[in-house]
Amino acid sequence: MTSKIVRTTAQFVTPAVLLYGLYLIIHGHVSSGGGFQGGAVFASSAALLVVAFGSERVSSLLQEHRLVAISCSGALMFIGLAFAGMGTTFFFNLFAGSPLFGNVPAYGPNPEDIWTGGTVPLMNIAVALNVVAGLSAIVLAMALATVKRGDDK
Amino acid sequence: MSLILQNMPFLAVAALICVSLYIMMTQRNLIKIVMGVTIFQSAVNLFLVALGYRSDGVAPVFTSGPVELMVLPVPQALTLTSIVIGVSTTALMLSLIILIYRHTGETDAEKSRRVKG
Amino acid sequence: MIRRVGISLTLIIIAVMFFASALLMHPFGAPPSIMDDYIIENSQQETGTNNVVSAVVFDYRGYDTLGEATVLFLAATAVIMLFRSRKGEVAEK
Repeated sequence: MTSKIVRTTAQFVTPAVLLYGLYLIIHGHVSSGGGFQGGAVFASSAALLVVAFGSERVSSLLQEHRLVAISCSGALMFIGLAFAGMGTTFFFNLFAGSPLFGNVPAYGPNPEDIWTGGTVPLMNIAVALNVVAGLSAIVLAMALATVKRGDDK
Repeated sequence: MSLILQNMPFLAVAALICVSLYIMMTQRNLIKIVMGVTIFQSAVNLFLVALGYRSDGVAPVFTSGPVELMVLPVPQALTLTSIVIGVSTTALMLSLIILIYRHTGETDAEKSRRVKG
Repeated sequence: MIRRVGISLTLIIIAVMFFASALLMHPFGAPPSIMDDYIIENSQQETGTNNVVSAVVFDYRGYDTLGEATVLFLAATAVIMLFRSRKGEVAEK
């Protein structure tokens, strides 16, 4: 447990960090960013909460079976998108040209359109789910394992 | 002399690798050995990014501005993979150190060699 | 004594090798770039994204990203597994 100033500041800062992480994930194919970068920023808010509030209070909110379910669904979605274009080749970009995420930008400077990219935005979301759940689980498990009890070893 | 000044990032990579090898070979505390491994991974990431730099280049993203000379995008993609693998390796090493400390009570690499039970 | 001589000899040889290789690299700022020129020219037409790094990570070299996602998933699972107590819940100490 830390002091009241740290806890209140963490409560104020966490929504801003989550929003920034979501922006990096969703706009990964238009400007800089992507699944891994946005997922790491998103998971750093979990580390902030563990430092500010203690690992036992956070572990009642981020339960282990929920994190494992999110991570597995992210990995399965990534593999499903990779196998979806199996008619031509592995990892074929099958949405380029179709109405869902299908516009093709002109070469060079162009007004940035978010409905471009084919399978790349969906893969960004899948990888971000995997990274968020994996990094949060690592931080939480290691913090729970080092809780100091009354009698030392 | 101008060769040394021009290739300064590669010399920095070589210096970081030598420092990390010295740490890994001579230190006895387990946490310091993990720090040496982390410095080695940072040196490799710096080498990958410095390989793909073009003079007066910008980031390889097409924006609404005019097209200029871009740096190479493939080494940056390989660095992304390398950073994530470094995080996974460091997390597993630190978890094993926690378990060694619980089992033997020592964090010295020479004193905790025997696995009891 | 012999251990210190061995360690310092190894470090000196490795340091000389690395510093000599760093001076023999291509000049910093002019890399050979045949494949990357092709990727910068044609990535907007073939993948449809403005971010060339994302196109390389997820489309041109998507197999490496598959391996990386597997490594991260495996590391998270292994850390959870290492800290379980006998009853099957995450241990506290």
